[in-house]
Amino acid sequence: MKARIPLLAPERAAAVRGAYAEAQRAKRLRTLGGGAILLVLCLVAAFMAEVSPVRFAEGIPRFLNYFSNLVPTLSLANFRADMAEWYWGINRWTRLLLDTILIAYTGTIIGTLVGGYLSFVAAGTLNGSKWLVFATRRLLEFCRTVPEIVFALVFIVAFGLGPLPGVMAIALHTIGALGKLFSEVNENASLKPVEGVLSTGAGWHAAMIFGVLPQVLPNFVSYALLRFEVNIRGAAVMGFVGAGGIGQELVTAIRQFYYSDISAILIMIIATVMIVDILTERLRHAIQGREGQ
Amino acid sequence: MAGIRSVLLDRARRLGPERQKLIRPGWQRHLLPGGVAFVMLALFVYALDRFGFGFARIWNGLERLGFIIGFMLPPDPKGNLPAFAWALGETVAIALLGTLIGAILAFPLSLLAARNVMTNRIVQFMSRRLFDGVRGIDTLIWALIYVNVVGLGPFAGVLAIASSDMAGFAKVYSEAIEATERNASEGVRSTGGRRWDEIAFGLLPQVMPVLISQVLYFFESNTRSATIIGIVGAGGIGLFLSDTIRTGEWQQVSVLILMILVVVSVIDFVSARLRFAIIGKRG
Repeated sequence: MKARIPLLAPERAAAVRGAYAEAQRAKRLRTLGGGAILLVLCLVAAFMAEVSPVRFAEGIPRFLNYFSNLVPTLSLANFRADMAEWYWGINRWTRLLLDTILIAYTGTIIGTLVGGYLSFVAAGTLNGSKWLVFATRRLLEFCRTVPEIVFALVFIVAFGLGPLPGVMAIALHTIGALGKLFSEVNENASLKPVEGVLSTGAGWHAAMIFGVLPQVLPNFVSYALLRFEVNIRGAAVMGFVGAGGIGQELVTAIRQFYYSDISAILIMIIATVMIVDILTERLRHAIQGREGQ
Repeated sequence: MAGIRSVLLDRARRLGPERQKLIRPGWQRHLLPGGVAFVMLALFVYALDRFGFGFARIWNGLERLGFIIGFMLPPDPKGNLPAFAWALGETVAIALLGTLIGAILAFPLSLLAARNVMTNRIVQFMSRRLFDGVRGIDTLIWALIYVNVVGLGPFAGVLAIASSDMAGFAKVYSEAIEATERNASEGVRSTGGRRWDEIAFGLLPQVMPVLISQVLYFFESNTRSATIIGIVGAGGIGLFLSDTIRTGEWQQVSVLILMILVVVSVIDFVSARLRFAIIGKRG
């Protein structure tokens, strides 16, 4: 079967072709313009960041050398002894790594509880006081914009060296990050249960606990678990500034060029993060599954 | 409260054991949540004890923190404003270059981890796991390593951000690629296109908006990371931040923190606008 496609009249076709070319040109111009701006920004940035191809080229062999040095000498014949030598500090590192996990855990718990409370205050639909909502939101913004390691630096001066300032820094940052996410969840919660609770003469806190919390709790837990994983990564570097955990050992190893120690500790950190990642993912799916039933 | 409760319970008692259970579930229902809560609480208390949380220490610390905040006011750069501004510019430059390098290098890697491009399951699975692993290394660790490799300065910071981003980008890219429709790729193949034509003309146009918006997201978060890598000597404002905190120049510390807050929120704002423009236009 043959179908004839009717052709456009020549003048119509020309107009369409012209409009098409025009649109094409405009699009190309926009892309080119964006590209040019990006290129200029990159050149300025490269100048400011002292990027030099020469130094990069010089760096490549050193880079390869560095990473090949990280690979420990392992032989099949003497595997057990080689492993023992590579992981000579396993007991100490495991203890510090457990400390790191505990720092992340404690920080996440405090951050979740305080952030959870503040998230109700910061939810525009739940809190009538515009001023309080605004102030709480700015506070949360401050807590999550200042990097946790900066908090740790300040807290070390105030509370002394050790895991305590690390916990507080992570807690404060978590308050900011979770408080914002939680308050967005709160704002999406249905207001009907809140009205129901309020109609019985209950106060604001009771309305939040019995009206909103049951609706948002699964989301809260899910976000808190995600945050726990992020915090483990954060806690791993807390030791860089003296705030406890495995970071102190890692920073010493890197600064002193103890290559096999660097790789040993890094592998332990990576394994921990991966395990926590997998476990929290399972847990989140389990919670969502229960929720779905 | 109590009145209603007793009336309801009284009614429930008359319903018989089967229905009673529905209204008043047994204690077994609380066993799992209660147990989890107990273990979590116990661990929390243990951690507080282990890390030396004590009322005296917290109280003294808070007092000192109060003094520190007092010292911070009013913010005063003490004539270091030009140096601070330059360092802040350096921070943004590090974030920009690091993000772009990471974003570009990650694209070929992401193809390895995308189920619908990489047909070899083992390669696909292994590269996914590898990205997860590399993602576990914080930017600060990378920065410390690169300071050893290329020396002190912002260049090490650029490489650190690019390295830690590469894995993150590869992961989100591969997820975006897996979410594409096959139709476009099949169309390209039906006209006789090769594998690379399929990727360039069937796949890339579909994922481009997602990719660009991810790049912008990463840029925002990298600006935050770039403010701290100076602590280990990898350029940017972090060096001033850690130095002024260590030497107790609190008025300058508050200036630096304010500058970081302003730049981060400006970049968040601009990037949100750009993201909206790009997605709105093409989506």
